[in-house]
Order: sequence, then structure tokens, then C-alpha cells
Amino acid sequence: MNPVNYLYLAALLFTIGATGVLVRRNAIVVFMCIELMLNACNLSLIAFSRMHGNLDGQIIAFFTMVVAAAEVVVGLAIIVSLFRTRHSASVDDARLMKL
Amino acid sequence: MIALLIAAPLLGAAVLLCGGRRLDRAGHWIGTALAALSFVLGAVLFAGLLGRGAEDRTLVQHLYSWIPVEGFQADVAFRLDQLSITFVLLITGVGSLIHVYSIGYMEHDERRRRFFGYLNLFLAAMLILVLADNYLLLYLGWEGVGLASYLLIGFWQHKPSAATAAKKAFLVNRVGDMGLSIAIMLMFTTFGTFAFTPVLDGVGKTGEGTLTAIALMLLLAACGKSAQVPLQSWLGDAMEGPTPVSALIHAATMVTAGVYLIVRSGAIFNAAPDAQLVVTIVGAVTLLFGAIVGCAKDDIKKALAGSTMSQIGYMVLAAGLGPIGYAFAIMHLVTHGFFKAGLFLGAGSVMHGMNDEVDMRKYGGLRTYMPVTFVTFGLGYLAIIGFPGLSGFFSKDLIIEAAFAKGGTQGWILGGVALLGAGITAFYMTRVMLMTFFGEERWRNLPAASPDQPDVEPAADHGGGVPHPHESPKVMTVPMIVLAFGSVFAGAFFGIGERFVHWLEPVTSFAHGHPPVAAWVVTVATVTVMVLGVGLAWAQYGRRPVPAVAPRGSLLTRAARRDLYQDDFNHVVLVRGGEHLTRSLVYVDHTLVDGVVNGTAAGVGGLSARMRRLQNGFARSYAVSMFGGTALLVAATLLMRAV
Amino acid sequence: MNTVAAYTTSTGEAVQFWILGTVAVLGALGTVFLKRAVHSALSLAGTMIVLAVFYLANGAYFLGIVQIVVYTGAIMMLFLFVVMLVGVTAADSLKETIRGQRWLALLCGLGFGVLLIGGIGNATLTEFEGLAAANSGGNIQGLAALLFGKYVFAFEITGALLITAAVGAMVLTHRERTERAKTQKELAEERIRKGEYIPPLPAPGVYARHNAVDVAGLLPDGTPSELTVSATLRERGQIRDVSSQAIADLRALEQRANERLERDPLEPPRPRRGGSTELTRAEEAQQ
Repeated sequence: MNPVNYLYLAALLFTIGATGVLVRRNAIVVFMCIELMLNACNLSLIAFSRMHGNLDGQIIAFFTMVVAAAEVVVGLAIIVSLFRTRHSASVDDARLMKL
Repeated sequence: MIALLIAAPLLGAAVLLCGGRRLDRAGHWIGTALAALSFVLGAVLFAGLLGRGAEDRTLVQHLYSWIPVEGFQADVAFRLDQLSITFVLLITGVGSLIHVYSIGYMEHDERRRRFFGYLNLFLAAMLILVLADNYLLLYLGWEGVGLASYLLIGFWQHKPSAATAAKKAFLVNRVGDMGLSIAIMLMFTTFGTFAFTPVLDGVGKTGEGTLTAIALMLLLAACGKSAQVPLQSWLGDAMEGPTPVSALIHAATMVTAGVYLIVRSGAIFNAAPDAQLVVTIVGAVTLLFGAIVGCAKDDIKKALAGSTMSQIGYMVLAAGLGPIGYAFAIMHLVTHGFFKAGLFLGAGSVMHGMNDEVDMRKYGGLRTYMPVTFVTFGLGYLAIIGFPGLSGFFSKDLIIEAAFAKGGTQGWILGGVALLGAGITAFYMTRVMLMTFFGEERWRNLPAASPDQPDVEPAADHGGGVPHPHESPKVMTVPMIVLAFGSVFAGAFFGIGERFVHWLEPVTSFAHGHPPVAAWVVTVATVTVMVLGVGLAWAQYGRRPVPAVAPRGSLLTRAARRDLYQDDFNHVVLVRGGEHLTRSLVYVDHTLVDGVVNGTAAGVGGLSARMRRLQNGFARSYAVSMFGGTALLVAATLLMRAV
Repeated sequence: MNTVAAYTTSTGEAVQFWILGTVAVLGALGTVFLKRAVHSALSLAGTMIVLAVFYLANGAYFLGIVQIVVYTGAIMMLFLFVVMLVGVTAADSLKETIRGQRWLALLCGLGFGVLLIGGIGNATLTEFEGLAAANSGGNIQGLAALLFGKYVFAFEITGALLITAAVGAMVLTHRERTERAKTQKELAEERIRKGEYIPPLPAPGVYARHNAVDVAGLLPDGTPSELTVSATLRERGQIRDVSSQAIADLRALEQRANERLERDPLEPPRPRRGGSTELTRAEEAQQ
């Protein structure tokens, strides 16, 4: 098997995740889809690392994880406070900027 | 001393215009006294000049620095030399006489004080004009006389025609003023100064093109002020002003400012032969134009106005001839000042006795009723047609000779035109004379009240209905008599022995012209043509009775009655053209400029209204756009890699 | 597993890839399309575990373990926690509300996927190095050398980022009390002053005719008291409305009494209303 297949898988997962972000309204699920996209990227980075034979790709993936963790913490906090004030976790309900 | 000369009438204007009603009773005496004082001062200065040597007669009085800016030095400085003292004497002399005359003429006018204030203002401005030592100060006087002229033409401002005429005079004059200001700017850029001496001395070092431009701009200015073609249209209408104004400003003095300007700037014109040619052409055209118009007018003042135009045409023609003509132009200017002022005052006297009637067809046979007016007017008449021995004979004959002396075909054409003009002058002046003072008394058959004058004052000597022609009071006739003396003797005094020419020679330079035929031939021809014109007029207006209502007349007559369609021309070409231009500009502004602006705004607005739908507030919608954009970017990247 | 493969990987890895790859894709699809957030979260957890296995297969041992421990263990549990907080049964309807959004999303997703896969397909990989050399000193040691050598600055910055994120989360979820909490005495006085409801609130089930906390107690006039049911149950829509049943029971009792005492009923008996024992969801009423 050619390790390029990992990249195909990563592309597929990324696309599914992106579509999920666009389709779902529940903010938590949207977040999960974003996590899915990040993980797809990580997979491709690790596959690249293997192809190139150095560990830099893994380091980048590691940083991605850290950033993702930070993002999840803040994002979920936002969702919680949003739910607290609006009793809804739907991203469509948060459209106060619209005239 | 020179400043005092100007200060006197200026003071008069200030006192009379600011003094208020308490000066109403004495105002005219103050104005007249100050004008006379000015004349006396002028005479003293003249005597002073006579006491000096011929080359030592230029006095410059530097009063103060007017606009002292780095490189732009304008001083209030006056220059007294033979040329300006001539003008000073003419202006103050004729001006004083007309002040005296106005005392009688304006006796029943409520605003007489104001009138005298304006007259004094005019005198002051005119004196500044002729005494200025630089072009900028000259421009001040130039504008000042324009203002005074405007105020005096529109003096009877309750008459719409007077107000319109004043406005017209002002506007047409503005065109000329534009020329003068451009000329001054050109001078400043070329010579770096406006003072007469450096400018006129610097001519030799300057290219002919620049000089021609300056000269043409000066000519434009002269055309505006002196009512020369093509800026002549205002003079006829300016007769709406009181008759003394017509006599002083629009016959004797202000309209000659253009001639003064050309003669004063003679060095520039000498160095620009093309411009000189244009000057002579303008003069010749105006000469005929004014004469033809003068033949057709039934309004006595307008006929005289046409005559003025024509006579100034002579002067401009002479001034365009260069050194052989400058002195003659000024000489004719002075003699014309005498006899034309006299004629206007005579016309005013006639009107005064005829209930302010101006239509000559309603005059006739007045010689027995107003003998003094008849005699003085007659002497002015003889002078203007160039009756041998009187002043017009000397000055005009010299100009005609000089025109022939121009040489070549140009000389023959110009001389011929001048000669023809002399014939026409004789014709129309005889016509005026015959219609006014001879023939049957047509005014007896007039309807009770003249419809033109519905509000004639019911004064004792101004009875309504049939006019009772009477001689004017002494205060009016005396100036006329004095002017008549001038008309008779001035020419001989100046002309015999070329006294005037030698007097002016240091300033204007002089060269003897050499006409292709002997001088006496020209003189004989002039007299012959004059006699022909008189005879023709007598045949038409003396032998046959003059109809009280103007006949339809030939095509030329009708055209001349309408001032040879000058106003129609102006209306069609300038007014309509301007209207069309502005209208199309407005149209372009509305459709194109505003269209682009409004269209852009509407387009942006409409686009935004549609784009606004995209901004629906749903984060997911925005995410779709982002995602789509990313997809497009990936596609573009791949495409670029593939290519 | 980590052979020094020049061209392909081992057959074992291929088999593993195809089986687990399918699972991963299914998990991803489940994340997107399952209705309940809990199910989505669980599907995502499954996908992440599969990805962890792939990391291990690609020689990223450290990251594989971190994926399991941090991602699947911590982050996904955080997700589940929030899901629970928001309401475990709260499923959003998959009905689309923005016109054209779904079709646009599918179009974009499909186009993007095709482009990506096409792009990858264009790239040819004839041979690859593998991580044998890089991992020779141990994967973790190699990573550490990079992390604390070449990437130390970025590493420090991620530390700052994490601190900031933690503080940010606290700030976002923390609610500042702007005034002193009222004492019990003050609350009682306020209640008396208002005169709205003077006695203490009834405990859940005080007036109940039924032995359950999810049944509203009845006030003396027979109407159910909202106050007697826990707010949490009401939030979930798990209240049983028994008022009509109680009134019906009362009427039946009277009827039986009348029959026994052989009294004529004063009013014609009303039809019995049944089927009121079912759970009623009162979502609308409560919102």
C-alpha cells in the first residue's frame, strides 16, 4: 500500500468535517466537526512526516493539538455562556449582528 | 500740486455723496467750485510747464508706495507732461463748463446734489487716469470712470431703459477692462514693472510677438472705453443719461480715454506694426459705422452719439498711424471735445425747451425761438463738418492727410474711408441742423401730451401739451457760448504753424507724413466732399418738408436705425450663444456628470441591496462562502500548477 | 510495522488501513449526520481512536498515545460534559432553515473533496524514507530534541496560549455577582412586603395524590401547583399532569357514594375522561 492513501483518507475526513460545519446547527456538533477537520490535518501531517523521514511534521501536529485544545476550551466556554443567556446552542440563533 | 488737482474733485465727491441732505441747497455750487478750482490748478501747472524748456516739461510726483511687495512695486505717482496737461485742461475746462450748465439743466431734479457728486467723482477718476505714472494707477482711474459712467447713465434709475443702459455700458466696458488688465499682467511678466518710463523704454528689448499681444489687449481696452467696433454698442444706449453727462463723459472726455491709452503707449504700438494696422482698421470701420448710424437716428442725442463714435474713429485711426498721427489724434480729440460738448449742450438746451422731447421729427423751425442755442449749435455744426477756418477743419483735415500718408494701398483705402466719413459727417450733421432749427414747426401739430413723457413736471416753463420753445437760462447758455468760441478758434490756434504738434512732440514724437498727393489737394477734396454731403442733406431735408413720422426707409436706413444690428448681433452671438452654452453645460452636468455620480451611487446602492441578502446573519452562510472561496483557491492553485 | 519501506507498506498495515479507514469515515459521517449530540460525540471519539492507531502505524508513537489520552480522553469528555450541561436529550432537528444552505454546502464539500483528492492524485510518490532513521534514538527523544531545540520558542508560545485559553474560558463562564446576596431574613421581609406568596414554597409533592416527584401537587381547589415540581423536571418536560385524573377520581368517588346511599345524582354524570396517565411534554408551555 502506498502511504499516499493516508492523505486520501485525511482529505475525505476533512471534507466531511467541513460539510458538517456547514450543515449542522448545534454549536457543539459544529465544534466536533471542526475537531474532525483538525484531526484530518494531523493525520496528513504525520503521513508527511513519515514520507519525508523527519519528525518536523509530528511536531507541527503536536502544536496543532495544543492549539486545538486551547480552542476547544475557549469555544466550549463560549457555547456554555451562549446557552446560559439564550437557552439555545443553535448557531443560527446567534445572529444579533443582523439588522 | 498735481495731487491737489485730483484731490479737489475727489473731495467734492466725498463731501457731496456723504454730506447728506443738508447740502442739497449748496451742493451744486460746491461741486462746480471744486471743478473750477481744479481747472485753475491745471492752468497754473500749465503755465508752469510753459515756463520750462520743451524737453524739460515732464514732472513726476511720487506720492506714496501703493502696493510695495517684493518685485511688485506699485506707486501712487503722477506724471505731468505735455500730453497729460492737455487732457487735464480739456477735462477740467469742459468739465467745469458742464458743471455750470448742469446747474441750470438739473435745476428741477431732486437728486441734483448726488448728480454733482457723481460728476466730481468722474472728474477725479479721469484725472487719475490721465495723470497716472504707471499702468496700474491708470487702471484705477479707468475703472473709476467706468463706475462714474455707470452711475451717471443710470442716474434716472427709475427709468428701466436707463438702468438697462447703465448695466449694458458697464458690462461692455468690462470686456475692455479685461483687455487692459491682461495687458498690464503681460507687461508685468515681460518688463517686471508697470511704470510708463521703464515699460516704454524697454520696448526695444522685447520680442514683437509679446508687444503685439500687449498692444492688441490695449486696443481691446480702448475699444471698450472709446466705443469702437466691436465694443461700440453701449454708447448709443448711454444717451439715456442726463444730457450734461452725455456731453461730458460720452462725448468730450471719457470716451477719449482709449485714444489717450493708445497714444500714451505709442512706443509699444510703434514696435508692433500688425497691432497698429488693426488699430487703423478698427478706427476706419468705426468711423463709417458711427457715421452711418448717425444718419438714420431721429433721436437727436443718438444721432450725436453716432457722430461721437465716428469722430473717435478718426482719432483711433490717427493714433494707429503712428508718429505721423498721434499729435493729430490728440488735436482732434481736443477740438472735438469743444464742439461735441457744445453740440450736446445745445441738444440739451433744445430738449430743455421742448419738454424733454428728443425726436428731431417733432422739432423744426426752432432758430427763432432759441437764438443763442441756434448760433452756438450752428458754430459747433460748422466745426464738426470741417467748415474751413473752424477747428474741425484743421484737425480732421490733418488726419485725412495723415491717413493718405500711410502709404501704399493701405494709405489710399484709409484715406478714402476718412474722406468718405467726412462727407457722411457733413450729411448727418446738416440733417440734424435742418430738422431741428429749420423747416416748418412740426411740434405745433403734436397730440396734447407726448406719450413718451407722461410725467413731465408741471413747471411754469414746462407746460404740458404743445411745447413752448424758449431759450434756456443764462447759466446754460454761457457755457455753450464759451464752447462755441472753442469750436471756432481752437483749431486755428492749434493748427496754424503746427503749434500743437510741436507742443506734444517730446511726448508722442512726431514725423511728417508725406501724402501721395499734395496737401492742398486733400484739403480741397475734403471741402468738396463736405459740400457734397451738405448739399445732399439740404436736398433731402431742406427743400422738402420732413415727415413727422419716420418713413419706412431703405434697407440701409432701417439697419442703421437699429444701430446696424449691433445689438441683434450681440444678442444672437453672445447672449444666445452663451445661453446655449450654459444650457448645454447644465445638460451635460445633469446627465453626464450627475448621471455618472448618481448612477454610481444607484448602482452601488442597488448592488448593496442585493449583497445585503447575503449578509443574513447566519454564521453558517458565511462559512459556506469561506469554504467555497477556499475551494476556488485550491482550484486556482491546481490550475496554476497544471499550466 | 515501521519497516524501512521503499515503496509500499506492509500488507498488514494495508489491511489495517482499509478496515480502520472505513471505520474512521463511518465515524466521521456519524458525527455529521447523527441527530443527537451525544451520538455525534461518541462517533467522533471512535474516529479519533482510529486516527490514533494510524498515528502509531505511521511511526508517531508519542502522538498516537497523546491522541488517545488527550483527545479521546480529555477533549471528547469535555465535549460530552458540555453536551450533558446543555441537555443530553436536546436534539436539533436536521431540517434546514437557511434556503439553499444544504445544497451549497454539499456542492462546496463535494467540489473541495474532488479537488483535494485530484490534487493528491496528481502528486506521485515513488518512494519514501520512513521514520526508521528519525526514530532510531526513540520517537519521544527525537520529538523532545526538536521541541526543546528548534521549536522551543513556538513551544513557549503555546504555553502562553494555553494559559490565555484557560483564563479566557474562566472569564467567559464566570458570572460576577454585582450585589451582596440577600439573607434569609431579608428575603422573608421582602416576601411579606410584596404580599404575593407569604408562606414558604411547598416542598415537591406536598399536595400530591400520587407518590412521585414528577407529579404536580394539587392546590385545595384541585388545580396543580407548578411550584411543587422540580424545575429541572420541568426543564426536561417530564411533568405528569394529573389534575384531570384527580377530578375524575373525585367524581367517581361521589358517584359510588351516591350509588351506595341510593341518592339521585343532582346533575347528570359527566363522561369520564381517560388516558390522562401518559407523560405530557410541556415544552411549548414552558418556553
